[in-house]
Amino acid sequence: MAWTRFTKKKDMPGGLWIKCESCGSMLFRKEFESRHRVCASCGYHFTLPGRERVELTADEGSFVELFADLVAEDRLGFVDKVPYAEKLTQTREKTGEADAMIVGTCTVHGIPCVLGVMNFAFLGGSMGMVVGEKVARAVETALERKIPVILVACSGGARMHEGAISLMQMAKTCATLAKLQAAGGFSISVMTHPTTGGVTASFASVCDLLIAEPGALIGFAGPRVIATTIKKELPKGFQRAEFLLEKGQIDRIVPRDQLRAELAKLMAYATGRDVVAAAQTPPKAEPSPSAPGKDAGKKKKGKRDKAEPGPGDGKRGADGAEA
Amino acid sequence: MSETKSSELQNGLLFERPLLEMEQKIEELRRLAQNTHLDLSGEIKALEARLRSQTAEVYAGLTPWEKVIVARHAERPMTSDYIAMMLDDFTELHGDRLYGDDRAIVTGLAQMGGVRFMLIGHRKGKSVKDRLACNFGCAHPEGYRKALLKMRLAEKLRIPIVTFINTPGAYPGIGAEERGQAGAIATNILAMFGLRVPIISIVIGEGGSGGALGIGIGDRVGILEHAYYSVITPEGCAAILWKAGDKAAEAAAALKLTSADLRKHGLVDDVIEEPLGGAHRDVRGTVERVKARISSWLSELAELPIETLLEQRHHKFRSMGLPAEGVTETAVGVS
Ligand SMILES: [Zn+2]
Repeated sequence: MAWTRFTKKKDMPGGLWIKCESCGSMLFRKEFESRHRVCASCGYHFTLPGRERVELTADEGSFVELFADLVAEDRLGFVDKVPYAEKLTQTREKTGEADAMIVGTCTVHGIPCVLGVMNFAFLGGSMGMVVGEKVARAVETALERKIPVILVACSGGARMHEGAISLMQMAKTCATLAKLQAAGGFSISVMTHPTTGGVTASFASVCDLLIAEPGALIGFAGPRVIATTIKKELPKGFQRAEFLLEKGQIDRIVPRDQLRAELAKLMAYATGRDVVAAAQTPPKAEPSPSAPGKDAGKKKKGKRDKAEPGPGDGKRGADGAEA
Repeated sequence: MSETKSSELQNGLLFERPLLEMEQKIEELRRLAQNTHLDLSGEIKALEARLRSQTAEVYAGLTPWEKVIVARHAERPMTSDYIAMMLDDFTELHGDRLYGDDRAIVTGLAQMGGVRFMLIGHRKGKSVKDRLACNFGCAHPEGYRKALLKMRLAEKLRIPIVTFINTPGAYPGIGAEERGQAGAIATNILAMFGLRVPIISIVIGEGGSGGALGIGIGDRVGILEHAYYSVITPEGCAAILWKAGDKAAEAAAALKLTSADLRKHGLVDDVIEEPLGGAHRDVRGTVERVKARISSWLSELAELPIETLLEQRHHKFRSMGLPAEGVTETAVGVS
């Protein structure tokens, strides 16, 4: 498997407690992870690492990863503080992932589908040639096998280190979705914290259904860019999932613990299955995300700690992604 | 970004100073010759020759950042100039029938030498008042929705679409986000892949990110020699990656945003050469060159069956930035 080429550096042992980014509560790590990184106190949805998202979404043991061999190349010879090529190598080592997107087939409550999940830990989930290509192939796989595709976005935007090549991934992903839609295929976009820039302005916004996680920052321009441009303070809750729902931009907000059942239900509607049954079908054995060795992928998951890059409260810039 | 623009122009256009001085000197000599009836034609000719060679030299050696400055030059031909000089008729069509009429994008029916098409273009405005009304070419969602509405009309009328790209980027503001900026751009990109008429896009100045691509899915995409097309403005990139806005020149170089770079990476179909010393030195000459390119592309595309056209359009963008090790046994073939 391709990702084994990117041997991950040993994870730092995590502390027993972590602090909620939103309300400041101290959370017992094991419980926090068993709740799929949702704060027990305030319900804040932390950014979920890509592999954990796969576990949360796919029926246990059903996920078969595809296109894991795809790797980015530094076509521009891009250098900021460090050369992009070096940054790629470092990030692959740090994350154990080839790039910022994981794609595969799986079942959700028994319903077959293609699942694409972005991984924010990889350069802010930025979209370059690999993310664009994997989204395109995920959609093409769904088209070929006549099954739905679920794309879970989590990204600061396009990957600047690939210049206009990354910009054109917006076109590439939309091109394949246009084909899928013309053929009557079905797609669901799940927008998680944060989804901004070129990802929001392409595949994440043009699926048949747009779902968001509670509190997720979703927008075209980053809040800092907007605040600088208009020289005003932004209204409370601006660009959050609830704001988008109110403005008519998304279909539904779904809390993380209900997401799998909800996706199953929506796919049942689209594929002529019994909806009530699909939503209620219990997964064979609900895998505990904190229990090692039970993950849906084949990868051994290490404990994560604060070193896991997260988007924070949208204040911190996503390194590698456009604003 | 508009506030800093004038000072940037002054700093950035330093490379133009010797040329402007020489132009001034020639002008002075002309006036002197006229007033004194002295024959200075030899001197003037020599100076003009020197000006030409120096202009050529300066413009051949422009850095990527200097090209960005040229692309933003206030006297550079804009969509309104192309409309005024290139067309036999232009009938503007307003509004998105939903929210408003975004002046940052102009749309309308055009006739040019016997061919008709739908013209869509970013509008920056010339006067201060105009520029403000156009948000300096930064469109809101209603601008993209207006563009799509008119493009669909073109499809119905079976006339091609010609788009002029010239924007620093889509507008980053509260209203723009409320009304779904990202969704509007994404919808346009997706919809343009299905439009059953030929589409030509020309980057005439700034090709700013998603705001450019929102009207940029062309069967043929051309870019003027000193225009740029980028995933982010050099200033924005510098602020994020260098954490310093004054590293814009470095960012411009790193982003590989020049016409030659884009051609090299297969992201545009053609680079349209600009008159000596840049488009702003010869507006009419530039418009003529662009007009010729559009004309030849229109007749070329008119020959293609519509299914072939759509397949080629899809394939072109589908193939951009293919990862090198993109072949696995499970890989789905690119159609
Ligand atoms: Zn909390």
